[in-house]
Amino acid sequence: MSTEVVILAENLGKRYFLTHRRGGRSQYTALRDVIADGVRNFFSAWLFSKDRSRWTDKEEFWALREVFLEVKKGEVIGIIGRNGAGKSTLLKILSRITEPTTGCVGLKGRVASLLEVGTGFHPELTGRENIFLNGAILGMTQAEIRKKFDEIVAFAEIEKFLDTPVKHYSSGMYMRLAFAVAAHLEPEILVIDEVLAVGDAAFQKKCLGKMGDVAKEGRTVLFVSHNMAAVTQLCRNAIHLQNGRVVDSGPAANVVNRYLASGQSDAATVDLRDFPTRTGSGTVRFEWGEMRGSEGEARRDFSIGEDVIVAFRFQAGAGFHERQVRLAIQLRTSDGISLCNMADMDSDFAIKDFCGAETISVRLPDVRLYPDTYYLSLWVGSITNIDVYDWVRDCLSFEIVGGGQLTTRTLPRSAGLLFWTPTWTRLPAASSPSTARSFQVPTL
Amino acid sequence: MKLESSEFDLVIEAGRTERHYWMDLWRYRELFYFLAWRDILVRYKQTVIGIAWALIRPVLAMLVLTVVFGKLARLPSGDFPYPILVFCGLLPWQFFSSSLSESSNSLIANSNLISKVYFPRLVVPASAVITSLVDFLIASGFLAVLMMWYQLVPDWRTVTLPLFITITFVAAIGPGMWLAALNVKYRDFRYVVPFLVQFGLYFSPVGFSSSVVPDSWRLIYYLNPMAGVIDGFRWAILGPPAAIFLPGFCISMVMIVLLAVTGVWYFRSTERAFADVI
Ligand SMILES: Nc1ncnc2c1ncn2[C@@H]1O[C@H](COP(=O)(O)OP(=O)(O)OP(=O)(O)O)[C@@H](O)[C@H]1O
Ligand SMILES: [Mg+2]
Repeated sequence: MSTEVVILAENLGKRYFLTHRRGGRSQYTALRDVIADGVRNFFSAWLFSKDRSRWTDKEEFWALREVFLEVKKGEVIGIIGRNGAGKSTLLKILSRITEPTTGCVGLKGRVASLLEVGTGFHPELTGRENIFLNGAILGMTQAEIRKKFDEIVAFAEIEKFLDTPVKHYSSGMYMRLAFAVAAHLEPEILVIDEVLAVGDAAFQKKCLGKMGDVAKEGRTVLFVSHNMAAVTQLCRNAIHLQNGRVVDSGPAANVVNRYLASGQSDAATVDLRDFPTRTGSGTVRFEWGEMRGSEGEARRDFSIGEDVIVAFRFQAGAGFHERQVRLAIQLRTSDGISLCNMADMDSDFAIKDFCGAETISVRLPDVRLYPDTYYLSLWVGSITNIDVYDWVRDCLSFEIVGGGQLTTRTLPRSAGLLFWTPTWTRLPAASSPSTARSFQVPTL
Repeated sequence: MKLESSEFDLVIEAGRTERHYWMDLWRYRELFYFLAWRDILVRYKQTVIGIAWALIRPVLAMLVLTVVFGKLARLPSGDFPYPILVFCGLLPWQFFSSSLSESSNSLIANSNLISKVYFPRLVVPASAVITSLVDFLIASGFLAVLMMWYQLVPDWRTVTLPLFITITFVAAIGPGMWLAALNVKYRDFRYVVPFLVQFGLYFSPVGFSSSVVPDSWRLIYYLNPMAGVIDGFRWAILGPPAAIFLPGFCISMVMIVLLAVTGVWYFRSTERAFADVI
């Protein structure tokens, strides 16, 4: 890797205006509203002299703030952060789609961006036609596309369907084709947003492999992903964005570990193989964990009273021959208060014929907790409780969000922890305390 | 540290006018071809009668206008058969009106491109015009047939046609850019275009010869850019009796240039925010 700086960003900031339209008709501005607002503004300015912003409900919002970035030639940088952290915004600025509000960026070399797979694909056109169209949109010249055409088709594995309109493609084929075109771009700087989250596992692996090749060819790559394994695997360095600011940067593995440990991660599925905060002998290890809804779909936002499912898989290392293991999960609040410790035997569940690997699903029925983020730890140990094989702390988290079927009132976090709906009854007016007859004066 | 702009190929900054804009536009000419090619392909693929449609519309319009202005209103046609007179006006008018509609809608229609890829945004409204050009060429074929039917032989003036086609293109792209950019910001501008096109047909000398306009109104009449353009087409196709009224023609040309220059200006000053609001 050379020391030549190819991307240098200074004090980058991006401001958006969120308009809260009274009446909430449409997200777009209509001229008639502008005129109406203008007239009102004029009169309010005239009558009340100041306070012009009263009629236009515009809220300023910084999607990106004070971002400094220096990328050297040939570096592969991962960008991680929660939804809405500003990752895509940063990439959009670097690829000139949108303009920064503050600061500036210097770029050396041709930048190609891949913010979405299949931008510009037209359903009516055939695979062949779409390859040319998409290639041109991504900035390839016709000659380049011709040269790469066979390679692209081979990578996408769609030879037979080349002359079929892509509207007849399966969504997997569509994705494969779209990624194949993009993967054969040859810019000096490649900017990629969250595009590997598509396709089946085999194709994702292939994409990651291709990405690895791109990185090895000495191209500079900026790579946004929620897939922490991919980030650690592909990137040497990473930066962590939070609310538009860079809060952490450094070697990818460290940044990822700190990110996961901070509970900032908002993936429903977590790869636990390299999870940092764990103790135990490691003879049995958790491989992955996932939060699921009652339909078995991966998700981590639940409303009060829903069933929350925790699924996980663990595997024994070579030389482990015990037939019995004990499992437990622990739940804590975001303030660190332990809520409960659920052992398998409490629910009359036990694994007595363990042979190497097991996938388990735990259903927590009717979870009535106040809105907050809750963290789960996974524990596996010996039946005697003496040996701890693996204990991964706070590796999974889920969000209880307000609203839902049980309650529509706002539940302030400080007001409680458990959402109980006891039975309330009104007794006859003449009722007296039931203990009245045996009422005793406490003897001191 | 302060960024040394000389070290970098490209510096991005708020409000920075790009030095390489026009060069960039040239570099992205292939995208222009491809977008035009896509539009044409889709148009003639999707509708089986795509080509027929390009003929049916002007032919029907010609019949209606001939009946209304030629037969009922009995307007003079010079020495030409009325259908030919009308068709020579319809040809540029339809090219103009569909170019205008296509280009003013083009940014919204390609919003996914705008928000996900960088390219000089001017490529989009400009390439949208090409489909209309194809329609125009198809309809021109019909004019040729019509002229053979009436045994009219075009003379040397026909070679000036490409010039007038270019002028029509510029005439459409100017307001097209205005409306495309306004459309991104104010969605109700899309209602303006059909309105313009519908009334424009009767305000422009399509169904009649511009010579029927009273002398006192003539100069004002030519503020309509298409008035001059249509005169030009008639002159180029039909020859001498269809004369160009030179002062009027110049007024139209000035209007066209004015709209095009301000269109480019407005488009360029707003295009940087397109991705944020689209
Ligand atoms: N055109 C826009 N107008 C207003 N707000 C916007 C616009 N584009 C993005 N935002 C806001 O900016 C913030 C950052 O968005 P961005 O797309 O960069 O997030 P992200 O980190 O890519 O998230 P994700 O992981 O979900 O892709 C979000 O809160 C979003 O609502
Ligand atoms: Mg994003």
